[in-house]
Amino acid sequence: MTAAAVQAPARRWSREARVNTALSLGLLAVPLLAMAAGEPFWVTLATRAAILALAGVGLNLALGYGGLVSFGHAAFFGLGGYAAGVLASHGMSGRPIVTWPLEIGGTTQMLAIWPVAVAAAALGALVIGALSLRTTGVFFIMITLAFGQMAFYFMVSWPAYGGEDGLPTYVRSRFPGVNTMAPLQFFAIAYGWLMLALWLSWRIAGSRLGLALQAARQNRQRLAAVGIRPKSVLLGAFVLSGALTGLAGALYTDLNRFVSPAMLSWQTSGELLVLVILGGVGRLFGPVAGAMLFIALEHLLGGISDYWQFFLGAMLLMVVLFARGGIMGALAGRDG
Amino acid sequence: MSLLLLIEQVLNGVQFGLMLFLMAAGLTLVFGVMGLINLAHGSLYMVGAFACAAVAAATGSFWLGLAAALGAAAAAGALVEVVVIRRLYNRDHLDQVLATFALILMFSEGTRWAFGSFPLYLDVPAVLAGSVTLPGGIVYPEFRLALIGVGLAVAAVLFWLIGRTRIGVRIRAGEADREMIAALGVDIGRLYTVVFALGAALAGLAGALVGTVQSVQVGMGEPVLILAFVVIVIGGIGSIRGALLGSLLVGLTDTLGRVLLPQAFALAMEASAANAVGSALASMSIYILMAAVLVWRPGGLFGAPA
Repeated sequence: MTAAAVQAPARRWSREARVNTALSLGLLAVPLLAMAAGEPFWVTLATRAAILALAGVGLNLALGYGGLVSFGHAAFFGLGGYAAGVLASHGMSGRPIVTWPLEIGGTTQMLAIWPVAVAAAALGALVIGALSLRTTGVFFIMITLAFGQMAFYFMVSWPAYGGEDGLPTYVRSRFPGVNTMAPLQFFAIAYGWLMLALWLSWRIAGSRLGLALQAARQNRQRLAAVGIRPKSVLLGAFVLSGALTGLAGALYTDLNRFVSPAMLSWQTSGELLVLVILGGVGRLFGPVAGAMLFIALEHLLGGISDYWQFFLGAMLLMVVLFARGGIMGALAGRDG
Repeated sequence: MSLLLLIEQVLNGVQFGLMLFLMAAGLTLVFGVMGLINLAHGSLYMVGAFACAAVAAATGSFWLGLAAALGAAAAAGALVEVVVIRRLYNRDHLDQVLATFALILMFSEGTRWAFGSFPLYLDVPAVLAGSVTLPGGIVYPEFRLALIGVGLAVAAVLFWLIGRTRIGVRIRAGEADREMIAALGVDIGRLYTVVFALGAALAGLAGALVGTVQSVQVGMGEPVLILAFVVIVIGGIGSIRGALLGSLLVGLTDTLGRVLLPQAFALAMEASAANAVGSALASMSIYILMAAVLVWRPGGLFGAPA
């Protein structure tokens, strides 16, 4: 795994900063150019990339900085997604979600949906994390995968919100002063969140928590020896990571105006891992680069062959075997 | 519910558990000996099922299909080990997960390209197509009973192979200290390939047998793979005994949960709500079992403390 150094040498940092700026502007330029060219479909692709990147930024907190290989992040993505879907569908129909002990109704206001989605995902991450962190290494991978499947099968067999068929929400939720159904304006919301999450992630990486987290990845015994409990640090990062991924899930529901158990499937967990790794694990902008590449590949290869995932698999295999460090490693140098 | 129905469900649970054991045994051996987490194990299960379906359709013989399933899965396993897996032994688990995830994508799409997206169906061989009446008057399909027999036989052979033969000694020595047995003149590379192919053959056998009861389709392997992970987590990584016990626990919990939980809730609430809550809980039951085992013994029932 690429070691993620926070205090990188000034020379390299400037190179990585240039790459980061280019990626930010590149992702911003795609929808603007697409609207100018009259291709609104590309705006949707860019929005998808921004949302997946946001989920990846969340995963990167646990995976890149904490070294926690979570194969169950789809659970948090889906929890956020279902929180948004359930609230919005109740908000539209006017039926209350629960009537006892007090009546709680739905809402179609994003500002109300987001905190609920984040809280749901964070709570899920707290429970799953507390149980999974009892183990390490390969056990941790298998257990997060199993908990992800548990959430998946729960939503498949729970008939109230569409079960296997998923839950359509028909229109996007509202945001004050923004027409969320306009592709470019919805992109702006997703992009804004991505930038905010990147800033947050950067602040965390440089904070006391971030430093302790990296220490926990490198050597738990030493961290314990200086008086910090590795498990608490890792659990804190896991919850933050789940919360960010849950927020991305809520946006994803609004993008598609639909939420289904597919968001919770193990393939989603795998894809989130893949885009973080392809981009560069433990690198601030790794998930952004990875998500942009993933969406571009899906679209370009998907246009050439129905079996595009075969080529995605082959490429991923080559990257893992021979080109470690991902895109950020190639563009900005190793260990930047 | 009648006692007969309950006994029938217990038999179904044991049968499901033993098929899981065929998967879990290979996974746990590969992890125990090589320290490798192999997500593509489910793909080998699928390869076995498709080989069986294709050969059985071409020759009309289920038994030739079954032999083909074993051969194809073992060959695919050996090939994958030599070309890809070998490079991963000294990598961290993240690299292993990603590389074997990539293999899943390639296997799945390759199979979809070759056989299409529609499920194939296998006929139960004529000899085993009937039902038998067990003591107590339970009518049970012969083929499912045969699956229980095969599962038990494979378990017995594996215990004998690991515990009583020369190759078993080497496998156990490989788990304990790979440098040491290499120094003692054992070709460790070949041992790894053999163990991997053995695990693959077991997965292929399970795929062909379960494929006959259900259907053969792309993506059939991954749900079973994840259940096999649950089994290993419960049983303890690297332990064949743990894999057997874990498989039976998972098989029985899942099967009985699906039958009993909706009925249990029906005692307390109206039928449709009971069915909804019961089936939702039943689908989570094995994961709750896993969480309980983890809280109690983080290393699994037969594993070293994690």
